[in-house]
Amino acid sequence: MKVLARIAAATAVALALGVSAASATEITFYYPIAVGGPITKIVDGYVEAFQKKHPDITVKPVYTGSYQDSLVKAMTAAKAGNAPDMAVLLSTDMFTLIDNELIEPVDALANTDADKAWIKAFYPAFMENSQAQGHTWGIPFQRSTIVQYWNKDAFKAAGLDPDKAPATWDEMVSFGKKLIKKDASGNVTQWGVEIPSSGFPYWLFQALTTQNGAVLANQDGTKVSYNDPKVVEAAQFFADLSTKDGVMPKGIIDWGTTPKDFFEGKTAVMWTTTGNLTNVKANAKFAFGVAPMPKKVRGGSPTGGGNIYIFKTKDKAKQAAAIEFARFLTTPELAADWGIATGYVATRPDAWETPAMKKYASEFPPALVARDQLKEAVAELSTHENQRVTKALNDALQAILTSGKPAKAALDQAQAEATRILGPFQN
Amino acid sequence: MGRGKARAVSSVRQRHLNIHIQGWLLALPAVVLLAAFTHIPAIKTVIDSFYSTPHGVRPARFIGLTQYQSLIADPIFWRAFTNNLLYALITVPLAIGFALVMALWVNGRISGRAGLRLAFFTPTILPMVAAANIWLFFYTQDYGLLNKIGRALGFASVNWLGDQATALPSLMAVTVWKEAGFFMIFYLAALQQVPPDLYEAARMENASRWQVFRRITWPMVMPTTLFVGINALINAFRVVDQVIAMTGGGPDNATTLLLFYIYQVAFSFWDLGYAAALSTVLLTGLAAVALAQFFLIDRKVHYR
Repeated sequence: MKVLARIAAATAVALALGVSAASATEITFYYPIAVGGPITKIVDGYVEAFQKKHPDITVKPVYTGSYQDSLVKAMTAAKAGNAPDMAVLLSTDMFTLIDNELIEPVDALANTDADKAWIKAFYPAFMENSQAQGHTWGIPFQRSTIVQYWNKDAFKAAGLDPDKAPATWDEMVSFGKKLIKKDASGNVTQWGVEIPSSGFPYWLFQALTTQNGAVLANQDGTKVSYNDPKVVEAAQFFADLSTKDGVMPKGIIDWGTTPKDFFEGKTAVMWTTTGNLTNVKANAKFAFGVAPMPKKVRGGSPTGGGNIYIFKTKDKAKQAAAIEFARFLTTPELAADWGIATGYVATRPDAWETPAMKKYASEFPPALVARDQLKEAVAELSTHENQRVTKALNDALQAILTSGKPAKAALDQAQAEATRILGPFQN
Repeated sequence: MGRGKARAVSSVRQRHLNIHIQGWLLALPAVVLLAAFTHIPAIKTVIDSFYSTPHGVRPARFIGLTQYQSLIADPIFWRAFTNNLLYALITVPLAIGFALVMALWVNGRISGRAGLRLAFFTPTILPMVAAANIWLFFYTQDYGLLNKIGRALGFASVNWLGDQATALPSLMAVTVWKEAGFFMIFYLAALQQVPPDLYEAARMENASRWQVFRRITWPMVMPTTLFVGINALINAFRVVDQVIAMTGGGPDNATTLLLFYIYQVAFSFWDLGYAAALSTVLLTGLAAVALAQFFLIDRKVHYR
């Protein structure tokens, strides 16, 4: 009896403590790391500054690995009834999170006039991947686009203007042919261009389809057009770069080793994310330039990267606190700071007007390229059953690039597969 | 008198019972752990494979064999299955062969034997992901180690991991390299157990080196070969790290193996029901291999 009483007393004390702690709202914040640099330290600093401003809110930041790991952790935690209150996840995970009924539309939680102005403050190109079904589901946080990096020394050696990157598809090929260098036995030692094709080739390929005037998926993520003639043409061009024109290495080009290829002088031009800017700046031992994507019928690149999502919970105080923190993380000052620290594109025009950003951009003009390209940027391919639907395209592209499968046949097959997967979402 | 006997019997029974309880108590921690983390999840996986994947508020419902029907119709599953079969058929004999050759070599009286043993064993110590990353740079086109050697000998550069024909064999090489050293240790132990008088008798009979190996060494290490073979076979179906680290299953599923595909279906596609069906197929296959070991091959092995 005595023991029981003691346990009861202890429980009561614990409960009382719990209640007093809960009067300060505690929220959990999952975030991934996809680029180099002391990211955890920066995030902890933001949290500290936020808590100083809002002593009634405690933020628990949790580093959750890569984007893929973070989604797995958020989903499994949610299935166990222990979802985070907010998380930074890929903008393309939006439909997955909606379909699993894990996230709350931001506009339903934040609907004052000031909130509406906040949601409108971001670049429209970033909002394309954040809105669906008439709602805003994600707040742009760490976003990127694809840009070209070129080796100015190699251009000079090849007799090209070192300050002029390829501006059209034709120039990619003609410059590429001049940039090719071979050794005595006829092996290529320097390639004209590398467009990575491992892992997620659809993203880089989407730059080509955009430039060719095609749109891969509709805004609601229920339809794709993989076998549109313009897409087939883009795929053919992609394959021709190595098989017909011989300016790009044959087979799959690894995403991870592409920057190294560039540093080693194996390729004179590479396509990769703006997020690699700081990496290239630190490691290139030659003069390099950053340029927007080349044009075919137009320029342009898909956006990429992560949004902030607010998770469903019955505790309205937590959601309000999460919105408050999201608002804090995306103020012009912080958006600028985050962009400078990581190489991501600061997500709103007024961030580029802050003194810190102005100073950074004047000292390092390549940082402006990705921002200026946003005018022509489009939403990254994202649909319901996203990973499956994009895998159909990835497989088709890799088949075209490695086994010489005709572009039309491979993309017809991918289209059929994607249509089958998306069947339940048509109505 | 009768009462005393009865008491004695009951006390014997008591002691008997005590021993049983004691035994079970000693085994309990292991049983609980095994059940909680192996047996119950395995059974639950089999049950889940008959249900649809729950989505948000839509709960899972019983759909019978539907997952298995889509599995039979899924070309990627068959690709992963044949890839995995090839993987096993090629890596297992190669790893065993290399292990035995290396063991015979370092078992002899040669100088620098300890260093050689250590060198052979080193790959085993490395974590798979670290090893995969080392090999990633061996395989890199143009400036990777393999291509540098190839070029020096006048061969054209090969995109080892970026070509459908070479990607899977490239992964197999990593597995063989990593496992052979580990299996060598078992063979080394087995070779030291072979009674020296057998070799002495063979020498007196003027047996050739091949005859010695064929008639003495090989039969004597047969139990080790079986043990190593089963382990290598099971390992071949559990390969996933190097696929994730080196190719992501590409190009066009050329290196997609079963476990990697299960991971993709479960944690990229979130189709947990289908992933459960795939796991059940893999589980059944591995269980069959283990049973084959116990009941069929065991009898054909020479035990002293």
